[in-house]
Amino acid sequence: MSSILILGASSDMAVAIARKFAKEKYNILLAARNTAALEALQQDLQIRFGVNATLHAFDAERFDSHAAFYRSLPLQPDITISVFGYLGEQEKAQQDWQEAARIIHTNYTGAVAILNVVAEDYASRKKGIIVGISSVAGERGRQSNYIYGSAKAGFTAYLSGLRNRLFHTGVHVMSVQPGFVYTRMTEHLQLPALLTAQPEAVAGAIWKGVQKKKNTIYVKWFWRYIMLIIKTIPEFIFKKLKL
Amino acid sequence: MEKRLSNWGNYPVISCEEQAFTQEDQLQDIIHRQPGTIARGNGRCYGDASLGIHSISTLKYDKILAFDDENGVFECQSGITLDQILDVIVPKGWFLPVTPGTKYITIGGAVASDVHGKNHHVEGSFSNHIIDMDVVNGEGQTLTCSPSRDADLFWATCGGMGLTGVITRVMFRLKAIDTAYIKQKQIKARNLDEVIRLFEEYKDYTYSMAWIDCLKKGDAFGRSILIVGEHATPEELNARQRQSPLSLPAKKKLSIPFNFPSFVLNTFSVKAFNWLYYNKNIRQEINNVVPYEPFFYPLDAILHWNRGYGKAGFVQYQFVLPLEQKEGLATILRRISDKGWGSFLAVLKVFGRQESLISFPMEGYTLALDFPVRKGLFPFLDELDELVLQFGGRIYLSKDARMKREIFWQSYPGATRFAEIVRHYNAGQRFRSLQSDRLQITPVAE
Repeated sequence: MSSILILGASSDMAVAIARKFAKEKYNILLAARNTAALEALQQDLQIRFGVNATLHAFDAERFDSHAAFYRSLPLQPDITISVFGYLGEQEKAQQDWQEAARIIHTNYTGAVAILNVVAEDYASRKKGIIVGISSVAGERGRQSNYIYGSAKAGFTAYLSGLRNRLFHTGVHVMSVQPGFVYTRMTEHLQLPALLTAQPEAVAGAIWKGVQKKKNTIYVKWFWRYIMLIIKTIPEFIFKKLKL
Repeated sequence: MEKRLSNWGNYPVISCEEQAFTQEDQLQDIIHRQPGTIARGNGRCYGDASLGIHSISTLKYDKILAFDDENGVFECQSGITLDQILDVIVPKGWFLPVTPGTKYITIGGAVASDVHGKNHHVEGSFSNHIIDMDVVNGEGQTLTCSPSRDADLFWATCGGMGLTGVITRVMFRLKAIDTAYIKQKQIKARNLDEVIRLFEEYKDYTYSMAWIDCLKKGDAFGRSILIVGEHATPEELNARQRQSPLSLPAKKKLSIPFNFPSFVLNTFSVKAFNWLYYNKNIRQEINNVVPYEPFFYPLDAILHWNRGYGKAGFVQYQFVLPLEQKEGLATILRRISDKGWGSFLAVLKVFGRQESLISFPMEGYTLALDFPVRKGLFPFLDELDELVLQFGGRIYLSKDARMKREIFWQSYPGATRFAEIVRHYNAGQRFRSLQSDRLQITPVAE
């Protein structure tokens, strides 16, 4: 039976991904800071889908622990997916370095730190799939969330570089740009219903993308074109907009 | 986030703040921060019982915690829906002990409404099968209750519309089945007297209910189709079904994608539907073996059938009358048939005995039908309420969106005791809904 490692397993998106892959008979390795909070999900996956689910303590911001964390896993997962992220508050982050650092370290440094370890292992084994959940916010910096956006931009660039490098070893890297998703992270935001996906739709898109070895997927297809338009607005106009 | 919410009847619609939780500490946090809130599951109750200015969505609190498939004991968080449970238990030879006519309700909703099924006369309501459950009270404490532990909380929570607190975990007993099929019998009844006689004749069947044509007058007044059933044994299945007796063939679902304009449903179309429904059974009696889904959940096959009633929405009117009030049933049914506003969905069922504090069922006849919201409807339903009260019956809170408060207080004998228990566990009235305010179970301070 194949297995998938889910980094940042307590988010709504992670739960949907875990259920989707468990339904397809993958064993699930759930990694998060607070593993006690994942015990219910662990039971749920095992009872619903008859797969094996295990819990592993993982803190994205404790970069030095990542290699040891990966070595401590009971097996090398066939797929590793990095789901964790931290939206934070832009205005707070402008004044408070703690907040800015947390946004950067969770979304970028932490992701690079753990995926470097996974990439080395997969490269040496010449197989495996790495999936990174980035964000459309990383495609162009906007005043409302450019600290988060810049960290995700870095992550997107990291994933594309990694994809380029690992291609030659037979390892596949897929980037996911979910757009708006209904989750606890976005619960306080007014999201346009047409543009917003359910976590289950993200999970379904990831499953399909992995089957077809896609490079970059947008969960709702029109995000690709929305971002294309946003990226082509000339800077002298863009800087005047309140986005 | 600010949202427009309504339940299955699409009436009423309110603006409210909705928050979800996935961990118990998040729930406690919401309760502390937000006085005046009500738990809401999948929004399949019909009226306003789970609508409030603040809403706590339980849908993400949906994990299965334990399933003892040797002894048929199931334990889960409250936000899981019945269809998800069925997907897990049926292939292992177990079934829900009690199920309402839709599988898209949450287990928390099943408890808060103390749902009944077609087997009430034999197996009681959902609360009869609960081993224990957790309720988070107005102070954010988790209390475990059962018929023998904090029994007052337990009985006020079963059918209590979420007013004692947020139901978070439920452990209940399942029922063993040998196949995923039902051996059903459909019998035509010419009128009300005949269907009541048939209910009596077939009372030993585990499942029974009747579709009743509530528009027909004269000799055919109350003509119906009685449907009774039993879980089929493997021997009763055909060769194809017997290959995998515990799994059903996959089927595509239809969906009504938008609200029908209101002219689609009128007396004529309802009559036409009823005629077709009645006459599709050409023979007097039909016996066959069917998958459990169309037997228990005939309307789930059409997702969003509620949109068929148009934008104004509808109310479902369900009342129960004591067994000796057969004449009362005829009187009310006649009023409905004279008015001609009734729906194609009218369900008649006989309940068995039930002692309960605030749950709906009592030994007697229960009738449920839809009324599209229109001018003059509420005064008409108020008249029906008076009749229900006169005949010693009551209205189902899960379907209510408009009952007057005095009808509630006079028709539910346990109302005063229930309100006392609610005050005790729901300190400061942190849990309240449009319904509980309207019925003055949680009276608004002057």
